[in-house]
Amino acid sequence: MMENKTYTPAEFKSDQDVRWCPGCGDYAILNSIQKTMAELGVAPHQTAVISGIGCSSRLPYYINSYGMHTIHGRAAAIATGVKTANPELMVWMVTGDGDCLAIGGNHFIHAVRRNVNINIILVNNEIYGLTKGQYSPTSKMGFVSKTSPFGTVEEPFRPAQLTFGARGDFFARTLDIDLKTSQEVMLAAARHPGCSVVEALTNCVIFNDGTHKSLSDKDFRADRTIVLRHGQPMIYGKNQDKGLIIDGFDLKAVTIGENGITEKDILVHDAHCEDRTLHFKLGNMTGLDLPKAMGVIRAVEASVYDQALEQQVTDAKAKYPNRKLGDFLKTLETWEIS
Amino acid sequence: MSDTAKMTSLEKVVIRFSGDSGDGMQLTGSLFSNLSAIYGNEIATFPDFPSEIRAPQGSLSGVSGYQVHVGSTKIYTPGDLADVLIAMNPAALKVNKKHIKPNAIVIIDEDTFDKTGLGKAHFKTENPFLELGMTGIQLISAPISTMVKASLSESEMDGKSILRSKNMFALGLLCWLFNIPVDTAMHLLDNKFKKKPAILNANLKVLVDGYNFGNNTHASVSTYHIDATDMPKGTYTDVKGNQATAYGLIAASEKSGLPLFLGSYPITPATEILQELAARKDMGVKTIQAEDEIAGVCTAIGASFTGHLAATSTSGPGLALKSEAIGLAVMAELPLVVVDVQRGGPSTGLPTKTEQSDLYQALYGRNGESPCVVMAASTPANCFDYAYMASKLAVEHMTPVILLTDGFLANGSSAWRLPDLDNFPAIVPPFVHADMQATWKPYFRNPENGSRYWAIPGMEGFEHRIGGLEKDHCTSAISTDAKNHQRMTDLRQAKINRIADVIPTLEVQGTPDADLLLVGWGGTFGHLYSAVEELNAEGYKIALAHFNYISPLPRNTEEVLKRFPKVLVCELNMGQFAGYLRSKIAGIAPLQFNKVEGQPFMVEEIKDYVKSMINA
Repeated sequence: MMENKTYTPAEFKSDQDVRWCPGCGDYAILNSIQKTMAELGVAPHQTAVISGIGCSSRLPYYINSYGMHTIHGRAAAIATGVKTANPELMVWMVTGDGDCLAIGGNHFIHAVRRNVNINIILVNNEIYGLTKGQYSPTSKMGFVSKTSPFGTVEEPFRPAQLTFGARGDFFARTLDIDLKTSQEVMLAAARHPGCSVVEALTNCVIFNDGTHKSLSDKDFRADRTIVLRHGQPMIYGKNQDKGLIIDGFDLKAVTIGENGITEKDILVHDAHCEDRTLHFKLGNMTGLDLPKAMGVIRAVEASVYDQALEQQVTDAKAKYPNRKLGDFLKTLETWEIS
Repeated sequence: MSDTAKMTSLEKVVIRFSGDSGDGMQLTGSLFSNLSAIYGNEIATFPDFPSEIRAPQGSLSGVSGYQVHVGSTKIYTPGDLADVLIAMNPAALKVNKKHIKPNAIVIIDEDTFDKTGLGKAHFKTENPFLELGMTGIQLISAPISTMVKASLSESEMDGKSILRSKNMFALGLLCWLFNIPVDTAMHLLDNKFKKKPAILNANLKVLVDGYNFGNNTHASVSTYHIDATDMPKGTYTDVKGNQATAYGLIAASEKSGLPLFLGSYPITPATEILQELAARKDMGVKTIQAEDEIAGVCTAIGASFTGHLAATSTSGPGLALKSEAIGLAVMAELPLVVVDVQRGGPSTGLPTKTEQSDLYQALYGRNGESPCVVMAASTPANCFDYAYMASKLAVEHMTPVILLTDGFLANGSSAWRLPDLDNFPAIVPPFVHADMQATWKPYFRNPENGSRYWAIPGMEGFEHRIGGLEKDHCTSAISTDAKNHQRMTDLRQAKINRIADVIPTLEVQGTPDADLLLVGWGGTFGHLYSAVEELNAEGYKIALAHFNYISPLPRNTEEVLKRFPKVLVCELNMGQFAGYLRSKIAGIAPLQFNKVEGQPFMVEEIKDYVKSMINA
């Protein structure tokens, strides 16, 4: 996995026609991934893109790299196999909210827990699109859909909470329309050694149009979201006058210049802090009382599964150089018949 | 040495070790079978244990058994009924009454046959032998617990640990009974417990005490000697089916040059395959203990995509969970070895017992027209050969291969001559080569066998996408075209059918002009072969056709089945292979002998059934 050459996004485009609905947020995600791949500089033949089933999981067909469009929910398990077998590859996984968090929930949490060095792009449009409009595990409580005509009566997952609950060490969030942040977090995810989860909030123009509108609309996006950057104060707002402080055990939104608040009272983002408590709170902000956090919320280096396993193999082989099956069998309890 | 006048020479003997599941009977049994093998005897073993790890002490449900068949002639099975039973408590006696001959030698620890022990085993009287009607047995009653306590009274071990050495007393007694020098047993224990000197010393002392007890008391039975067999020269070890399966995969990895990857999830009775391979990192083996059965197979598919020899190991319920992913490997045409160590079903069924009831699941348990290779091993040792061949077929034909073994093969053991890999056929992965680059598509096929070519990440210029969606046979792009789907379906089936060109034809054993052909597959080989041998020795004319390749069937299957006036298919299920043969070969009407008791066949019951069919 050498980052050694300059590529253009076009070199990561396959010859297949993209077949998402016009206006689908997945186009922006595809563009961001291709631009990130070009910037990353890992060759197409050293790159593998693995997906499950759903609209967003068609994405590997559109990328010029090695790719596998697998079965519903299993992308994390298959990507784990790809990366563990060959840690030299840059492995991307593209999955939707249903694929990743409903049918694939178990594989997702275990890939995160093991800290397999894969980049998970979790495309969250809060709906089942390919089956034409059923609620998903991220649909808001009360959401009306074809399978919840009276509104859902179940709480949704929050992907950040789930990732941290599974002891995840990299989580970032972006909006489909925010190409700059998308590329920024995808590049950080790709360079992070370990399992990285990027939640991309996307719009399903057909079955769930406007689900993230309260965050993405340009009239109030600056006031309802905050792009976190490591080492920088948590300041946001149209006029860059809002910020976050700690108040007791909670986060609180304040205005700089009001009630004696100055810029130095504002929290500085530490994405590398081992303790997850504050990352948990930042990930939980909804955009209502507190701005929804975009950018890299957590990026902490820890033992990486595929590397650790490779190391065990290397060590064991060094102990018994060029060991063949025949050599090993002779170490068993044997006897001669002559 | 016992009184030589009382030494009898035996051709074969079946010994059954039995006690609480914590009594160490599996260990005692395997040590005894190793001792016999070192002396040049043929061996076959079979453990029979409960799924409870430690059921209440002395209870009927907690009885664990281990049967060893030792012989001076070729041995194919662990034997039907035992000649010798070691019963460490009354429950073991009761449970095993049906497994021993009426005149068997029964060795008991008389200390456990007190009121409490008899009560736990639900005996109503104080004479369990009379109560069970075991009047013909030759009893060796030894106060094993008392003697072991006395023997180790000076040691610093606590009472519980001391009693754990009881099994070594029993082993010592058996060494005396079968005239095996106790030194050899001591040497085995030296190796087994070299890291635990306190336990080693206790066990050695008790072993010798057991031997001396037999010698001194001249217990009122004769002792036995089994002559060495005429086995081919070579280095041997004692191997269980699961171990042999793991080694076969390693051998295929070594021979093909593909690193081995196993994705698996612990499940009885397949877990040892994962354990064996997890320990073999020195040969570059990578294993993942996945979060579930589905992830087990999916990680393997991921590894296969990168160019590894990829396998997953499981048992029936796990195979059910893996079905969809195996379908992906069928569609993506990736090599994958799926080992199914069959157990009693359906559902959780009988986890520790053996059965052959996953055949239909292996053949048909996937959505869509989803053909793959199905094959079966037939002895603990040849699990090695068939794991090797499963890998070869998977890689060279770019297909999933399901290898069926079973609990009987997996845990049973036999003496195994260490293989020389030079004698195994080459495994040649069908990698793309540079001159294909300009025109190559993922679903281009080798005209010789219909297999697609393998391009793996890292190969420049061969970037491609595969997946579960149907692809165009020409461009390899997603396709829902009607004619293309039919064509791809036909191509996938034809690829499997053509594997019949490279597998061996079916061999017929026994009498060539037989009145009846016995047909079996997989783990029942030993019992069927023994039955055929014995029947022919009794003057019947019987032949045997035993299948290791099931999908596709060997080319001469129809000819063989139609050659004999009567065909009897024996299997440990309700007739799945018989049904499969009927569906594949027009105009045959095989008879069936089926059993689903969680136990292997008995040679006698097969013989009785064959006789009734001959006379019918």
